Amino acid sequence: MVSYIIRRLIAAVLMLVVVSIVTFSIFFVIPRLAGVTTIDFASRYVGSKGASAETVAAIADKLGFNDPLVVQYGRWIKGIVLGAEYDTGASVEHCPAPCLGYSFITKTPVWPELLDRLPVTVSLAIGASIIWLIAGVATGVVSALRRGSFFDRAAMGVALAGVSLPIFFTGIICLVFFSYRFGITAPGGSYTAITENPGEWAYDLILPWITLAFLYAASYARLTRAGMLETMGEDYIRTARAKGLPESKVIVKHGLRGALTPILTIFGLDLGLLLGGAVLTESTFSLPGLGKYAVQAIQSNDLPKIMGVVLLVTLFVVLANLIVDLLYAVVDPRVRLG
Amino acid sequence: MSAPLDVSGEEMRAEPEAVAKAGGAPIQGRSLGQIAWMRLKRDKVAITGGLVVVLLILVAIFAPLLVGWFGHPPNEFHQEMIDTLTMQPKGGSGIGKDFLFGVEPVNGRDLFSRVVYGARISLLVAFFATLLSVVIGTVMGIVAGYFGGWVDTLISRAMDIFLAFPLLVFALSLVGVLGQFETQLAVKGDTLRILLLIFVIGFFNWPYIGRIIRGQTLSLREREFVDAARSLGARGPYILFREVLPNLIAPILIYATLLIPTNVLFEAALSFLGVGIQPPTATWGGMLSAAVKYYTVPHFMFFPGMAIFITVLAFNLFGDGLRDALDPKSSR
Repeated sequence: MVSYIIRRLIAAVLMLVVVSIVTFSIFFVIPRLAGVTTIDFASRYVGSKGASAETVAAIADKLGFNDPLVVQYGRWIKGIVLGAEYDTGASVEHCPAPCLGYSFITKTPVWPELLDRLPVTVSLAIGASIIWLIAGVATGVVSALRRGSFFDRAAMGVALAGVSLPIFFTGIICLVFFSYRFGITAPGGSYTAITENPGEWAYDLILPWITLAFLYAASYARLTRAGMLETMGEDYIRTARAKGLPESKVIVKHGLRGALTPILTIFGLDLGLLLGGAVLTESTFSLPGLGKYAVQAIQSNDLPKIMGVVLLVTLFVVLANLIVDLLYAVVDPRVRLG
Repeated sequence: MSAPLDVSGEEMRAEPEAVAKAGGAPIQGRSLGQIAWMRLKRDKVAITGGLVVVLLILVAIFAPLLVGWFGHPPNEFHQEMIDTLTMQPKGGSGIGKDFLFGVEPVNGRDLFSRVVYGARISLLVAFFATLLSVVIGTVMGIVAGYFGGWVDTLISRAMDIFLAFPLLVFALSLVGVLGQFETQLAVKGDTLRILLLIFVIGFFNWPYIGRIIRGQTLSLREREFVDAARSLGARGPYILFREVLPNLIAPILIYATLLIPTNVLFEAALSFLGVGIQPPTATWGGMLSAAVKYYTVPHFMFFPGMAIFITVLAFNLFGDGLRDALDPKSSR
């Protein structure tokens, strides 16, 4: 078990390294490959639109945009671990560790802003994931057990429609009807911190939760159903029945446990991704979370901010993967730890 | 959905007799493709999905003709349709025989022709992105599965890493970053955006197909006919492309069909977020993001939203049916 955990940890660290290289490449290497000059890049990065060519060139040189890419990558990683100082010539900007970037446009380090936005995204992701996990898996199990029944057909029909609907369509429709026409739910853009008023918090988030959960519940129901149909045909299910176990025990302890493993993998990935910013949901409902932050950063051409979000998202995804790998061993007795 | 082996169609009832009479006429063998087509034909839901797909493709191809007959140019303003006081379409939506889907608020552009032209972008990006994923995925999967060893380890790890990437955020930043340097790039405007979208969506999606192809290749390379070819002196490339690849057509076809709707949604999402194709070019996602501000005129969001829904649903239904028809093991 210990060696399994250690190996998973090493894999996770390796993954972080690769992901950081890819992130760095997207922002620093690919534009250059596409023919963008260092000076142009520096001017975009720093956001110095009105400045003269000489000033920009000086800034680019000062900030090290002319250094070899490896050196720049090293400096970037060092900034994340130890913090960084940006000397633009005119002023020195401090960015304490973990320095995920420094926005020269708003003159703020990115990390504290991300921390500010994080609770919104976490509230959204956790609430929705609880709903979709329960609803999706329950629907899938019942559908599989009553295969071909009216419930099965209806549920799978709705699920197929669900996976075919983009959230930026269902979300707007829900807002129009439930918030603006009937006035039962909070209008778009409402958010109250849980520490301030838990009741308001839940009221503001209930519509985004349900809309987001519907999409995922649909695909989870399809997956659970397929998984259950497969596991319930396995030999060990017959063995369990032959032993004289009650059917409920066969379904939950033997059937569901086997069917749950792939669901768990996908759940970990989905949750990790959502924690890093439910971009579409937050944009649709105007929630001030990480995803909305990323979109705003792109609209205002603030490269360091975009980079900060991307890095944080990948961190969440890697962590989620790690946790899933460890949970795997607990849930599915067939997983070998060797 | 009807089960693939639903024995209710006319031709099925004729089947046992045909076998019984086989003493007279020579028995005709059916190829796998013929069997799959027979199963597919019996799946009415899948066929409906397929027909809608064909219709959508025709709409996209003949968009200028359709718009010429039933609409107005997609970027033509129709101020006469707009109430100057509220800036909303006269009569609520402006739907009528002149404007089939009504007009946009404020500038009065014809929604019908914008939805029709939106199909072009949507399908173009989705098809080519899928093609890119399929090509990369198949080559990587087949190579990893067939050669095994360190090649397999390397490709498999790469696929794991790709699968764990936050796709949307990466796509968002890549398109966003490169889009900002538009003035310095060789291609510009819509062409640049379309190429970028195809590349980003296609490039990050290949491991889904790659994994499946790798798994199938792993089991195929142990089969007798591969052994036979090898003992006859066939080499790697010949075995890969003449023995293994033809057996992979079914999974490739299935997953390509199921990847298209995902890519349609992806393109719509990026355009919705404002990093896809830029206005005034009509895209479904872009129209929805504009419609958010006008929630009092529901027809504005309804038509582009339904266009996405119908397209994705049709591809999903057809893909599901195709999988059932091509895979005898599927137990739905």
